[in-house]
Amino acid sequence: MSTATLAGTAVPVNDEGFFEDPTLWTREMAQEMAAADGIAELTPQHWTVIDFMRKEFFEKGTGPTVRVLGKTSGVTVKDLYLLFPKGPAKMAARIAGIPKPKGCI
Amino acid sequence: MEAERTASMTKRIVILGGGTGGTLTANRLHRHFRHHSSQHQPVEIIVVDQDDHHVYQPGLLFVPFGLAQHSEIVRPRQAQLHRDVEFVEDTIDHVDIHADTVYLTGGRELTYDVLVVATGAVLAFDETEGLTGPGWNEKVFTFYDLAGATALAGALEHFEGGKLVVNIVDMPIKCPIAPLEFCFLADWYFTDRGIRDKVEITLATPLDGAFTKPTAAAALGSLLEEKGIHVVTEFNTGEVDGGPDGKLVGYDGREVPFDLAVVVPAHSGAEYVGRSEGLGDDLNFIPTNTATLQTKAMPNIFALGDATNVPTSKAGSVTHFEGEVLVENIIRHLDHEELDATYDGHANCFIETGFGKALLIDFNYDTEPLPGHFPAAVGMPLLKESRMNHLGKLMFQWFYWHALLQGRDIPGIGADMPTSGKDRPTTPVDADSEGASA
Repeated sequence: MSTATLAGTAVPVNDEGFFEDPTLWTREMAQEMAAADGIAELTPQHWTVIDFMRKEFFEKGTGPTVRVLGKTSGVTVKDLYLLFPKGPAKMAARIAGIPKPKGCI
Repeated sequence: MEAERTASMTKRIVILGGGTGGTLTANRLHRHFRHHSSQHQPVEIIVVDQDDHHVYQPGLLFVPFGLAQHSEIVRPRQAQLHRDVEFVEDTIDHVDIHADTVYLTGGRELTYDVLVVATGAVLAFDETEGLTGPGWNEKVFTFYDLAGATALAGALEHFEGGKLVVNIVDMPIKCPIAPLEFCFLADWYFTDRGIRDKVEITLATPLDGAFTKPTAAAALGSLLEEKGIHVVTEFNTGEVDGGPDGKLVGYDGREVPFDLAVVVPAHSGAEYVGRSEGLGDDLNFIPTNTATLQTKAMPNIFALGDATNVPTSKAGSVTHFEGEVLVENIIRHLDHEELDATYDGHANCFIETGFGKALLIDFNYDTEPLPGHFPAAVGMPLLKESRMNHLGKLMFQWFYWHALLQGRDIPGIGADMPTSGKDRPTTPVDADSEGASA
């Protein structure tokens, strides 16, 4: 575990930069992480995905996979990849301040 | 007839699906209630399936290589069930979980005291653009169903060289090691035909390694490398183009060209689940308690096997181990007793590696596959190729039809994962560190 300083606040994150405690997340932090990942500005469509991921996480205990996102978030899988080119489930989960979605076995 | 059932106080257990999970559950329940008839109200058991063809699914891997035939791996479902278990051949329209009723498309309505969902997973071909378009069953195949595996056998026989790509579209899939086994067998098959140097074999996977668990991923990764099989990781298939210039196109824009593609489509739960309000999740899998196998939908609904969302492999061994706990819990539920929360995620898989050898892996929710021996210090080697494991894999089909489906225990192989023969690492391995599928 390490610490990242986001929007002026120190936040515990894991080795891959995923939040350890999703309740510490703020929208300013998301903007900052997105910028570091090459997304100059989070558009309303980005926010749709981010808000959806947080809602799913707090309801179900894990972030959705890309396929579930494509079926339920209102954004198609193709568009998800345009929004989050480094892999929507992981990249969006990190920016949304939730743990890395559990891999399937 | 429904009124008659209520009056007679007979309890009814309806099992949806007559595959591995449904069959072994029905036979185990039947045996229990026959032997303990004095302690219980009378129980009737009904199994519903849409057809009467029980496929030994591990056999599908061997069909493309001419090592197994249709007739050897398919038997009637009803013949695997005890004669006192009623078999209903019909499709399921939906389940009303509040009315404890299953509605069949033929019009019959089955009320139940306990429902068991064992309808497995289905292949979601239409979720991948182009998959069943041009080239389907000509240069693009799957071996995950019998028709596909049979068609692929013909194509492999006539394949004289070029790029063979094995592709996993998305996780979860049934038997997550089967695509690797296919690569290993293809390596052996083309070597045997004397044209291995003319065939380039590539595995394109959404995972970040050869398998989901770190120690096994490393061992299997080395084996793929030794056999000259290329691996493209974190590949999320957006489109399969089976035209003249065959290629897989990833959502990230990467392309993997092929002359012959063997695709494992995305999996979903059965369609009727989507029509049954409150029963399944977004992919039609059944949210299920990982230790008791009671569903989250209703206390009188249980689920096992590929149909659940339980975080372990979708595999026959898992279903077999789950069956022991599930049957115990159905009995407890009917007796108003506390459920047994002991299913530990135990999975046990032979991995065919070609040239008459196989690996064996054994793991559960918390312990990833480790080297050593199974089931104890003297036993079959784990995570290591051996002829003994290959013979074990071949022999398993006999056990499947004659012991596992009949609900009998297989000597030395119990629901709980054995630990005595395993070489534990000195530092704990993080079981949670498996890669997410993007």
